[in-house]
Amino acid sequence: MMFAAAAAGILVAMALALTRAFLGPTGYDRILAVNAHGTKTVLLVAVFGFLTERPDFLDISLLYALINFIGTIAVLKYFEYRDLGRNPPDDKKLVP
Amino acid sequence: MTVVLDILSWICLLAGSGFAIIAGIGLLRLPDFFTRMHAAGIGDTLGAGLILLGLMLQAGLTLNLVKLVLILVFIFFTSPTSTHAVAKAALHGGLKPLLTAGKDSKPSKTS
Repeated sequence: MMFAAAAAGILVAMALALTRAFLGPTGYDRILAVNAHGTKTVLLVAVFGFLTERPDFLDISLLYALINFIGTIAVLKYFEYRDLGRNPPDDKKLVP
Repeated sequence: MTVVLDILSWICLLAGSGFAIIAGIGLLRLPDFFTRMHAAGIGDTLGAGLILLGLMLQAGLTLNLVKLVLILVFIFFTSPTSTHAVAKAALHGGLKPLLTAGKDSKPSKTS
């Protein structure tokens, strides 16, 4: 019962984040919303594993957390440099 | 003992999903990209932390507890990293923070 309630709350939050991802005026808003949506997905998969009493879902959840981070960084790099394979050109390098 | 753990787990799970919903509302309603980032941070720290803590209380001393701790540690390391990367990319891309309240609610893109 408590897992169902938590899953419902996470689903509502996912719907809100997805709405921002569709609305978002700039691309950065979309990336941020998709990142938040991915974190909520990790939580939802973990809660769903407990809800159906199949805790093996935690492995999927862990993997999703990894992929979410890598995907966000990759999309950001593509969004900024329009290229994934090469190093950024000198005039577009981020100065720390 | 089980009842106490169940009650604590209820509290953590409900508070965690409440914070997740608050993060979603903030993500939808705040006026500007950088303020929306603040809302996403709430969902990543308090929402994820409390929900995973509630699951940990239900897992007991098993391998599942180790996996949950791993997920929590990983989220706590990667979420600030990706948020920092998004913020830096947005600043580099010429997205200015909205500094005056209510003057123009659209974020201005200058580049």
